[in-house]
Amino acid sequence: MWDYTDKVMDHFRNPRNVGEIKQPDGVGLVGSLACGDALKLMFKLDDQNRIDQVKFQTFGCASAIASSSAMTEMIKGKTLEEAEAITNQEIADYLGGLPDQKMHCSVMGRDALLAAIDNYRKGKGFERKVESRVVCTCFGVSEQDIERAIRENHLKTVEEVTNYTKAGGGCGTCAPDIEAILTRILGSPPEEVAVPQKPKRLTTIQKIKLVEETLEREIRPALRKDGGDIELVDVDGNLVIVSLRGNCAQCRVANFTLKDVVEVKLREFVSDDLVVVEEAMAGM
Amino acid sequence: MTIYLDNNATTIAAPEVVEAMRPFWSEQYGNASSMHSFGGQVKRHIDRAREQVAALIGASPAEIVFTAGGTESDNLAIRGAIEALEGSKKHIVTSRVEHPAVHSPIKRLENLGYHLTEVRVDSDGALDLEMLDRSITPQTALVSIMWANNETGVLFPIEEIAQRCKERSVFFHSDAVQAVGKIPIDLSRVPVDLLSISGHKLHGPKGVGALFIRKRTKLLPQLLGGHQEGNRRAGTENVPGIVGLGQAAELALEGLDKEVVRLATLRDRLEKGILDRCKGARLNGRNRLPNTLNVSFEFIEGESILMMLDEHGICASSGSACASGSLEPSHVLRAMGVPFTCAHGSIRFSLSRYNTVEEIDQVLEVLPGIVDRLRELSPFVQNGGSWA
Repeated sequence: MWDYTDKVMDHFRNPRNVGEIKQPDGVGLVGSLACGDALKLMFKLDDQNRIDQVKFQTFGCASAIASSSAMTEMIKGKTLEEAEAITNQEIADYLGGLPDQKMHCSVMGRDALLAAIDNYRKGKGFERKVESRVVCTCFGVSEQDIERAIRENHLKTVEEVTNYTKAGGGCGTCAPDIEAILTRILGSPPEEVAVPQKPKRLTTIQKIKLVEETLEREIRPALRKDGGDIELVDVDGNLVIVSLRGNCAQCRVANFTLKDVVEVKLREFVSDDLVVVEEAMAGM
Repeated sequence: MTIYLDNNATTIAAPEVVEAMRPFWSEQYGNASSMHSFGGQVKRHIDRAREQVAALIGASPAEIVFTAGGTESDNLAIRGAIEALEGSKKHIVTSRVEHPAVHSPIKRLENLGYHLTEVRVDSDGALDLEMLDRSITPQTALVSIMWANNETGVLFPIEEIAQRCKERSVFFHSDAVQAVGKIPIDLSRVPVDLLSISGHKLHGPKGVGALFIRKRTKLLPQLLGGHQEGNRRAGTENVPGIVGLGQAAELALEGLDKEVVRLATLRDRLEKGILDRCKGARLNGRNRLPNTLNVSFEFIEGESILMMLDEHGICASSGSACASGSLEPSHVLRAMGVPFTCAHGSIRFSLSRYNTVEEIDQVLEVLPGIVDRLRELSPFVQNGGSWA
């Protein structure tokens, strides 16, 4: 049982500002059914350019609903500049705190707010923020989202990043990536890990063996944890043909495939010029 | 008032069980291994409990080893059987929907170099028997398949699996903690080698379980340091727990056939009521234990449903990611291919012999309103699961 504060329970039982606005000035959509939580936020400005009306709809757990409700209360009457300065920690504080594993609910609230403001400005011809690389493909979390969560909440470990952004909480293959982002921001070098050196010139047999070893070491453990698997079908020159099994075969949460993750790893450990294709695509 | 419908998680200890355990705390507290009659008389009660447990599953008392619970039984069965083979065979077959008490020890063995085949299930939760058949090779050391799934209640064809394992001389373990005491089990007919039982799932106490080890099955003990349980499980016996488990087994056996029918009727009433009255409800799993109902509600999330049920004193559980503290929904529902529109909104109701029709009707009274309320909050209802 989660240790929710009375305020969380109050906002869960009696969420404020539920619903939709006809012809809103800004709309923010974050999350998805696949992720397990999602928030749709709409606002309308008054003639002073302050948030006049705000409405939300949330799919998610008690703390997701409470965080959404709290955020709408916090931004009412604020200018967009004031609203976008609100941090996820302030949303959590407003609710008297959230369990560690539920901090991502407050992040979702803040992300929807930024998305709605962004949507408003885009509509008004303002320049849109540069899209950032997707790090966690399971939950569609970008490098920018992760960086922001680390900086604003002083996160130190991958586990904390997962609690705040969900990144790394699915198949787990992006954990080294998150580690690297943490290292870059916190400035401390990672512990030395002995990784096998990449050989220079490979025969096809050596290449197949090394690809198989790399899949086994770098990719499969995370996939299996998630009920999936990957099979090496063939290696043809620099073309590596694989087939995804189990849950991985169906998981297309972001429009992004595991191919990219596999390719990065194989290039790192086997050969720079490898191209990964999935079996069905290779036949076309 | 509490309406307790989470009996696959744990059950109330039956009053008869509590009463049977009572003398063994401060009256008959002796050690069964002692050389005085004060301790020695306790052994009689352990033997009696062994007979009671054996009777429930059609085993002989010598085939019952008491443990500290279902998890220990699973660990002892899997690791003990594998160690007894001394690495001569290095392949293990299991299913994708096992409880972690089976899955985790097998994963440990995989890290130690064992190969693993995880047999899939279909969208009704039924095991792919043909895949299981194909998976067994001369290298297969152990097959471990649960008797009934804890989340959906789906029953696996244990008799057939046991037969096939026997024909091919492969150890067969079944985690039966959800099945024992809820449906008739007769191991004199079903050639299972190892079978796990948990006390607190059948109105016995927590912290006690049993492992059935068929005669002449080789197994290396995992707890060392004493001759107890026929050298198969060291440690001074948990006498109150063992006596309680024995009493619980005897109670479960009494009128089991009638109780199966009563529970199924009650469960079906709940199931039909929910499917008829709640929007977007979908049944997960077919061919189930009589007491288990797993339903998903489209476009809403399980933890929220649980919290609202809790306000009405109704206890259930969810395979939702949020409710479990992980970020992904239940591995069982995902293995069944339950669509994402539903996977996060699953609720499990699990009944016991103490539930009444009034309680079921009370759930049916409040649940449709909860579902409606959460659907009003959900951004996905209008557009059938998409944003636009």
